[in-house]
Amino acid sequence: MALMATQALAQARTLDTVLERGRLVCGVNNGLPGFGYLDSDGRWTGFDIDYCRALAAAVLGDPEAVEFVPLTAAERFIALQTGEIDVLIRNATWTLTRDTDLGLNFAPTTFFDGQGFMVRKDLGVVDIEDLAGASICVTSGTTTELNLADTMRARGLPFTPVVFEEIDTVYRAYEQGRCDAVTSDKSQLAGRRAVMADPDAHVILDATISKEPLGPVVRHGDDQWFDIVSWVVYATFFAEEKGITSANVESFETADPEIERFLGRTGGMGAMLGLTDDWAVKVIKAVGNYGEIFDRNLGPLGLPRGLNRQWTDGGLLYAMPFR
Amino acid sequence: MMLSSDAFVQRKAFWRDTRFLAVLFQVLFLAVVILLAGAAYANMVRGLERLGLRLQLDFLSQEAGFGISEGIAYTPGDSYGRAFVVGVVNTLRVGALGIVLSTVVGVLVGIGRLSSNWLVRGLSSVYVEVFRNTPLLLQLIFWYSAVMLKMPGVRQSISVFDLVFINQRGVYIPRPVPTGAFALWVWLLIISVVMAAGLYVYRRRIQEREGRPGFAGLWALGLLAAGGALGWLAVPGSPLVLDVPILQGFNFRGGIQLSPEFAAMLTGLVLYTGAFIAEVVRGGIQSVPKGQREAALALGLRPAAAMYLVILPQALRIIIPPLTSQYLNLVKNSSLATAIGFPDMFNVGVTIMNQTGQSIPVFGLIMASYLSFSLITALIMNWYNRRVRLVER
Repeated sequence: MALMATQALAQARTLDTVLERGRLVCGVNNGLPGFGYLDSDGRWTGFDIDYCRALAAAVLGDPEAVEFVPLTAAERFIALQTGEIDVLIRNATWTLTRDTDLGLNFAPTTFFDGQGFMVRKDLGVVDIEDLAGASICVTSGTTTELNLADTMRARGLPFTPVVFEEIDTVYRAYEQGRCDAVTSDKSQLAGRRAVMADPDAHVILDATISKEPLGPVVRHGDDQWFDIVSWVVYATFFAEEKGITSANVESFETADPEIERFLGRTGGMGAMLGLTDDWAVKVIKAVGNYGEIFDRNLGPLGLPRGLNRQWTDGGLLYAMPFR
Repeated sequence: MMLSSDAFVQRKAFWRDTRFLAVLFQVLFLAVVILLAGAAYANMVRGLERLGLRLQLDFLSQEAGFGISEGIAYTPGDSYGRAFVVGVVNTLRVGALGIVLSTVVGVLVGIGRLSSNWLVRGLSSVYVEVFRNTPLLLQLIFWYSAVMLKMPGVRQSISVFDLVFINQRGVYIPRPVPTGAFALWVWLLIISVVMAAGLYVYRRRIQEREGRPGFAGLWALGLLAAGGALGWLAVPGSPLVLDVPILQGFNFRGGIQLSPEFAAMLTGLVLYTGAFIAEVVRGGIQSVPKGQREAALALGLRPAAAMYLVILPQALRIIIPPLTSQYLNLVKNSSLATAIGFPDMFNVGVTIMNQTGQSIPVFGLIMASYLSFSLITALIMNWYNRRVRLVER
């Protein structure tokens, strides 16, 4: 009996599982201001959290029908592989190994990031070369951990990695002086610096040592689910490109047939994804377009849009055609 | 009566025959176990297939690419296999040191709990109750976050005679480095050891023959110390020099560094397990009949001698089996190291799992390693247990 149940579960499509359950189970970060954290009211807030809500709005019609599962960097992929979560939206970097060996599929990148270093200002460090012999705090099971080793090795700089699993422990150890520097994605450094006791005592070095494309992740073997997650991301890009916002999405006046299709007034594109025709309207109504999501969550941290601008503005955000 | 009962047994149907039922239930139980294990295995294989993952160990020879903060020689360019070995050695290091130190703490406190001195007894009781009744994870985080990380910064290190330095990056102690004269001195030392052993046997014989204290141990130790000291003076130059840690750049260089993670891990494990061992020792001692101690004292033995010569040897046979469990617990508990960033086998294993996605093979490796550590520990302790039992009359 148990055997048959697990077998059935294994073969079920993720979309059906989610619909049946009535809730989306989303793997998120629990300690990263701006991306995924519990705010002072006990509500999940952040850039990645909004993408969980967008997906729930598209699939279930309710942005609140999400169960958030906080995961450490080391736990996240195992949780996804084993089916504990439906989708992982937890600032995960897209790499070849993860895409293939780990059996994962990466939806379009929602945030183009790069790895940097944060040090205490009074240390007088300005460049990576100054970090020779330093103790550097880092989170285990991340690309960050590997990039750090690669960078220091390439430059022949000795260093001591001090590795923790919990993101909170990493920054506490750094703040208490266990490490001379802490390394991670620059957005994360900015997010964590904002909540330190004395943010002005720390400085993020200019040098960027890696490309960190962050985005939602799903399991291999369920193409329909992968398509849904991908197109929810494109919908937020597309809406910003066309000036559709959470305020005007329901009454948007247009003669553009592509926007008509996007809004589900023509074309029957929802059915192709296995969703209702107005899925994109629900997404934008719930969380807004990309610009709104960015400004709401990352604006307060003072993060510039940088590469995360529309392709029409010289950025890398490029929605595939809604056709 | 016998006849009628035999007749009854013969008439009984086979499904009511206890011998048959016993076999039947065992066969059924075995079948269920095999079926469940098979189902679990099939489910795992199917899950792996669905994800396109392979179940093999060849990833161990690939380049690891991540750094490990401490342990035997390792660079990020080494393989995952090597990284795992570094973790294994770190686990063994903290486990072996932990077993030795927690035994010392446990025996002292266990005896202290029975002391006639009110202060010693009180302190021992408070120690046992506090450390035995709070979770180990909590204690580890306390030792790490609230003690080790609260030490002064590198530049404000606590210095002990400019030889030992303590700061939040760890404890730095001088390292003895052998020089050219070291080999010669070791030979002289070996000769001293042989002579001391001879003297020990000789003094023991005197003690047994004449029935008065021979002080064999003291004589032997004295000879050994004299031999070592004379050898030190006799060889040209000093056989050992000290590599004293000095502040250079961000950190101290040279000497031996004990990282705060290691120090917190060892302290936590030793004090936690020590509290349990203290209770085991106290129970063992109290199980020796009171008359033994009274008889020993009546024979004129001093209380300390009565403890070492009469009570402890008898208590040992009660102490050893539960002590073995505590040793096994200590080794297994060392996997909590991951919470405070000490790169033990489990910590490194989880990182490997995460970087390669090979969770099942890595979990298998970790389980097999812990199992073999535990079995080896148990084997040694069981051997010792048998030896202690033989000594008993």
